[in-house]
Amino acid sequence: MSAPLDIEGPTAPPRTNGELLFSEPWESRAFGMVVSLYEAGRFTWPEFRTALVTRIRAWETEPARDEPWHYYRLWLAALEDLLVGQGAVSTDEVTARTRDLAQRPPGHDHRDGHDHMH
Amino acid sequence: MTTTGSGEHLPPALRTEALEQLLTERGLIDPKVMNGIITEYETNVGPLNGARVVAKAWTDPDYRRRLLEDGTAAIKELGFSGPQGEHIVVVENTPSQHHVVVCTLCSCYPWPVLGLPPSWYKDPAYRSRVVREPRAVLSEMGLELADDVRITVHDSTSEVRWLVLPERPAGTEHLTEEELVPLVSRDAMVGVAKVEAP
Repeated sequence: MSAPLDIEGPTAPPRTNGELLFSEPWESRAFGMVVSLYEAGRFTWPEFRTALVTRIRAWETEPARDEPWHYYRLWLAALEDLLVGQGAVSTDEVTARTRDLAQRPPGHDHRDGHDHMH
Repeated sequence: MTTTGSGEHLPPALRTEALEQLLTERGLIDPKVMNGIITEYETNVGPLNGARVVAKAWTDPDYRRRLLEDGTAAIKELGFSGPQGEHIVVVENTPSQHHVVVCTLCSCYPWPVLGLPPSWYKDPAYRSRVVREPRAVLSEMGLELADDVRITVHDSTSEVRWLVLPERPAGTEHLTEEELVPLVSRDAMVGVAKVEAP
């Protein structure tokens, strides 16, 4: 059943046709949060999809865009919308925590894309 | 509604980290479980799964029939299931009928068999144009279809994920299922390419 993995060809993991799945580590964290919460039953997939569609449509219909197309930014915003709507977090506290993290001295914000809690 | 509140000018990496910290502190996510999920998608869930489904359908007529009747069940037979795989419908390309898949509203995609979508699939240009002018878009992506080939564009909905069963290329009759697997590209299973003989 286990065919040898194709390292260079079109089906090679972890790249898909030569393209990295995530261009920056935070994108993988944003992805992982959504799948974790979905698998834990915090929301259904159609609920997340609706939030994502809303964010994408808003970006696409905005007359004067101040941000270029960035899929995972919209993905993250959709996740936050959903969690704020559920009362799990508030926008203000996420912003406050983000500012706290931005205050860290240089050298302390080098995330490796893995568990940073230890 | 288009920005993330007053944090819009802070880097998304920090906002992601802040959200992850808050959710972890509240016991809503477990970073270890999350690491496992990310690793799984980075290493195991990808178009190789779909290629195995296609190669089996090409070599096993009974499996092909089951796959076209109930994609989700036939795909699960090979051990592939998960989010965005709850209802997979498989459509078969023939010399006169070509199927191509899009999600016009967001990025719905059959993760268990194709992994996460490539950036062009999520791009606003592909999502809006392939419905209006599929022949031109496919041509730009390197797939020229004759004028008499009928093109059907399948738009993903909140329920259905589509998988294209490409045509088995001529000259591969002597190949085994295992030998066919590496020929099947992700793009062919989305319907923006054909499978080429080696």
